[in-house]
Amino acid sequence: MRRTAPGKQRKRQAGRRWRAGLAVAAILAAGPMLAACGSAATADSIAITLYSGQHVQTTDSLVSAFEKATGITVNVRSDDEDTLADQIVAEGNRSPADVFFTENSQALEFLQEKGLLAAVAPSTLAETPARYDSPQGDWLGVSARVSVLIYNPSLISKSQLPATVLQMANPKYRGKLALAAGETDFQPVVTSVARTYGQATALSWLAGLKANAAGHMLPDNETLADEVNRGQAAFGLLNQYYWYRLRAEVGTAGTHSQIAFFAPHDPGYVVDISGAAVLKSSKQQAAAEKFLAFLASKQGQEIIGHSISFEYPIASGVTTVQPETPFDQLQPNSITIPELSDGSTAVALLRKAGLL
Amino acid sequence: MVAPGASLVPLVPQRRVARPWAMLAASVAVAAVLALPLVFLLIEAHGAGVANIGRLIFRPLTGTLLWNTVRLTVVVTACCAVIGIGAAYCVERTDLPGRRVWAVFVVVPLAIPDFVVSFGWASLSPWIQGFHGAVLVMTLAVYPLVYLPVVASLRGADPVQEEVSRALGVGRVRTFLRVTLGQARGAILGGCLLIALMILAEYGAFEILGFQTFTTEIFTEFTIGFSVPAACALSLVLVLLSVLVLGGETAARGQGRTMRAGPMARRMTRRHPLGRAKIPVLCGFALLTVLALGVPVGSCLYWMFARTSAALSGVSVASAAWHTACYSGAAAALSTLMALPLALLAVRHPGRARRLLERSTYLVLAAPGLVIALALSYFSERYADGIGYQSQALLIIAYAVLFFPLALTGVRASVTQAPVTFDEAARALGQRRLAVLRRVTLPIVIPGLAAAFCLVFLSGVTELTATLILIPTGVQTLATQFWAYQQNLSYGQAAPFALVIIAVAAVPSYVMGRWFDRLPKRSEKLS
Repeated sequence: MRRTAPGKQRKRQAGRRWRAGLAVAAILAAGPMLAACGSAATADSIAITLYSGQHVQTTDSLVSAFEKATGITVNVRSDDEDTLADQIVAEGNRSPADVFFTENSQALEFLQEKGLLAAVAPSTLAETPARYDSPQGDWLGVSARVSVLIYNPSLISKSQLPATVLQMANPKYRGKLALAAGETDFQPVVTSVARTYGQATALSWLAGLKANAAGHMLPDNETLADEVNRGQAAFGLLNQYYWYRLRAEVGTAGTHSQIAFFAPHDPGYVVDISGAAVLKSSKQQAAAEKFLAFLASKQGQEIIGHSISFEYPIASGVTTVQPETPFDQLQPNSITIPELSDGSTAVALLRKAGLL
Repeated sequence: MVAPGASLVPLVPQRRVARPWAMLAASVAVAAVLALPLVFLLIEAHGAGVANIGRLIFRPLTGTLLWNTVRLTVVVTACCAVIGIGAAYCVERTDLPGRRVWAVFVVVPLAIPDFVVSFGWASLSPWIQGFHGAVLVMTLAVYPLVYLPVVASLRGADPVQEEVSRALGVGRVRTFLRVTLGQARGAILGGCLLIALMILAEYGAFEILGFQTFTTEIFTEFTIGFSVPAACALSLVLVLLSVLVLGGETAARGQGRTMRAGPMARRMTRRHPLGRAKIPVLCGFALLTVLALGVPVGSCLYWMFARTSAALSGVSVASAAWHTACYSGAAAALSTLMALPLALLAVRHPGRARRLLERSTYLVLAAPGLVIALALSYFSERYADGIGYQSQALLIIAYAVLFFPLALTGVRASVTQAPVTFDEAARALGQRRLAVLRRVTLPIVIPGLAAAFCLVFLSGVTELTATLILIPTGVQTLATQFWAYQQNLSYGQAAPFALVIIAVAAVPSYVMGRWFDRLPKRSEKLS
């Protein structure tokens, strides 16, 4: 066996010690590194935690304007609204959330039924039309959205589009329809159809949709808008603001789609409300109520009306400046918030039809 | 009595090996933590009621999901095995030009998150959807999980057996199939096991491709209709599937164990000349690199410069990268530490119960990240007074639990190569237990530990669903910020995050490759 020179051996041992030392140093350094990672929370100003199921386009400007106006810090946690609702229920009265801002009213109705919401200040509720707030006064309506058809004129003309929502299941649209059945935005339409025509008809309608949308079943409305715009599907059902956001994203040159409304008062023509509520478990009730008041105030509503959110502000006297059909010119179905409830009927129907 | 797994010629007379109480206690503790998600599933499912669960499990959709999941798992595992073994053999045992470079390119796709790969392919062409899209994307995303263990095994294998086989007149192909692959059998099966379990738990990629599996259905149940018990019931079916997969792998592995007699006895294996096959093989590698690496990266670059989007708020890339590195690093260290007692126990002191203990920890790989996150939240709420909820500590523990089987595979493979006879020789020469660990076991085991660390690190960098639930409010990792932008169609803002994820995760991938590259040099110096 070849013997290594003593000098080389010493060098090798020194090298080994170096490496060992480095490894130990790295492990020891991990501790303080981790401590440094922790987000520094200064307790100088009041801070509230907002669980937001709404899109960032809507919450961004609202949150920063509120922070500037009141000096209250808002920590935002964004996620899907149903996941957040589940989390709030699981967290119980130890929930770190103070305000819950959702995209649709179903999640708020769900929490209201569980008694987890605190009553909204009457002065705040007075800012918005009563039919868009919770009838029990536990949550506040903030903005509205309406369901429309998005279509690609090169694949289908406006006259060929279904005039009523039931016509969407007509076999002549096979392969042309794109559907995001898992979207919470779709549930109000399903609830509305079931309310008007009964559950049996709603079930066969869903079966027809499933057949028509084979190959174009999509996870969310953003993808749906994108697919129709790119010409991969002819038309689909979604809320109006997705199209306006897509247009802002790709520009007029990149927009190859249009939107169209159903016949007036058709069950598919649904106005759906995005709302906010204060949680009963919140330790910052006053600050949380201030946030809700800001959302309903003229300043907050104007931000919604002028921002890249493209949703409809619902406080009286505020109109969208965007080139959308003005809110008071819409002719939606007469379904009310309590009738939309927590979406459980819609979900059960979707499950039965095999769409969920 | 010769302890099983030791070399046939003991260097010292055998002593009775004492029960390793410390290791046993540590292993049971680790296995208990890993069993928490399963306990959570059982509790929640029990709360839903048997009739309800029955109705949810036995509906037509379940049949479709089962068929989709099973056929996808089988096809992808087979494809990955072929690609992984082929690539490993070409890099390790042939004179492929530029092997070092190819070795890096072949491993780096592991750094790309599955949802980025799927996003890249789905935006490339509308025909990449459904079953075929899912097969393509998953194969390209996870084949390195077979490649790495097979390369390590081929490198460490004794060339004597192959030479004897050729000398006895067995043809080249049959030698390859029976001897080479036979030696690497454990590694191949281990890699296939990881792949099968990861496919069972994959969500993001399938959601983008619109391919329905059990896990996408579980997520739908969690996110719609507020029905946690229903989702837990489906998760239990998934766990059952993974038990079947584990059982199959154990049966296929058999009792055989491959171990080197000692690093000094190893000789360099001769590399086969490729000859005329050189050009096709090089083209194959180039194609693999383009498909697995080029398409996702290229797609990210395209979106970065093609789309103009209104700037949405979010954290800076630097902040997200820092948090990602911290969490993943801590989780990797924790995971490797947790894996050590279990691996040592399983290899050094085998017994049926202990082997079962070790195998049971693999089940956690089939549980989607969402389930693990909810389980840990649930237990911290119920039994720890809510301490640590939405804190970094819980997130790191969740990562460590989620990716524990990856660490275990790496640590186990390296512990297998540190025979207990070395330790016994050192003990007989008068060294204390701890000194033996420090001076004899650890130096041999460190490369494997480093590889395990790297594997968990880069898995943590790309983790999404558990992070969304457990991350402290206001903090974002690279993956969550990418997902937030991507969900809002802000591809221009999302792309840089994807590229940084790849860059950050590519570092441990490269390190893993280099560690494996170093091994023969060490043994050359010793002889």
